[in-house]
Amino acid sequence: MKCTVCKGPAVIDIRRHNANFCAEHFLRLCRDQVAKAIKDFAMIEPSDRALVAVSGGKDSLAVWDILVELGYQADGLYLGLGIGDYSDASGETARAFARDRGWTLLEVDLPTEHGFDIPTGAKAARRVPCSACGLSKRHLFDEAARTGGYDVLVTGHNLDDEAAVLFGNVLHWQDDYLGRQLPVLPARQGFPRKVKPLVRLGEREMAAYCVLRGIDYIVEECPMAAGNKHLGYKEALNLIEAASPGTKHDFYFGFLARASARFTPDAVAERELLQACARCGAPTPGEVCAFCRLVDRATDREAVPVALGRRPG
Amino acid sequence: MKVRLRNPKRELEVAGPVRVHALLERLELNRETVLVIRGDTLVPGDVLLDDTDVVEIRPVISGGAA
Repeated sequence: MKCTVCKGPAVIDIRRHNANFCAEHFLRLCRDQVAKAIKDFAMIEPSDRALVAVSGGKDSLAVWDILVELGYQADGLYLGLGIGDYSDASGETARAFARDRGWTLLEVDLPTEHGFDIPTGAKAARRVPCSACGLSKRHLFDEAARTGGYDVLVTGHNLDDEAAVLFGNVLHWQDDYLGRQLPVLPARQGFPRKVKPLVRLGEREMAAYCVLRGIDYIVEECPMAAGNKHLGYKEALNLIEAASPGTKHDFYFGFLARASARFTPDAVAERELLQACARCGAPTPGEVCAFCRLVDRATDREAVPVALGRRPG
Repeated sequence: MKVRLRNPKRELEVAGPVRVHALLERLELNRETVLVIRGDTLVPGDVLLDDTDVVEIRPVISGGAA
């Protein structure tokens, strides 16, 4: 198998591109695809300060690495979620990555700062763990980006992630979620701008990027995620992709080009109803935001009376 | 050859020679969901592995939280 670009020995085939690549040209492909996504969707300006949500997994470490390679100012943010040994190993991997490169990694520890971990929080709130985890991460990432004065929050969602989420949202016709499923969400009402620069790269490409760049990442799945719907959707899409390469790309980018705008008005209308959480000031459709309610349940705290009306965001 | 798998971690002995794609088919693994690694680099699907090789088959779906 030869590299499509230089005809040297290839190390990977990308079937949806009908192409093979040596290490050098594969790494260039990944950087070019990220640069194209940033340009096409106006994700990041050269003067922006970016905060990368870092889990210690392949996607977040790779996107941080690529952004710095492309010349962007990017710091990392690691959230300790208290998922036993998995969180311990993830935190150490993220710290080692940042330390080896001399890059800034901010840290927020959920158990230390909010008094509960994800397994406890999920049980207390009667939510599935991934739901409590996602809620906590979104809230704490937003808060860290706002308080740190960052222009943009970067996440490592890749093409497989986005295609799987889209698949689930279409199966259940989640109109409001479909309206928000965009590679860029503009800053608004206390939310930082959020961008997903890896949307043009698949999960296999991101793992390959890390191997070829010598990036040590957490390979194990999160123990709380076993059997969740999202992994099932990925598995189903991968069966289709194996038989028909390019399907995931066509599905996601076809949605963005042809259908996404039809759902956007619903999402905009929903956002216009937001007010500041009476407890923490985060944007919320209710009086107290979902994260503060989760904290109350997880820490068995009695509800504290809150003042009515808006607070400055 | 020695074949190391993850999630859960385990090790298999597989008789060579065998091409990477054929090895994945034999193990009933979807090639879209794994990488095959020998030493510190990737091994593409048409490479012939022999009895002395040690390879890791790494799932690409990983992470998710911290």
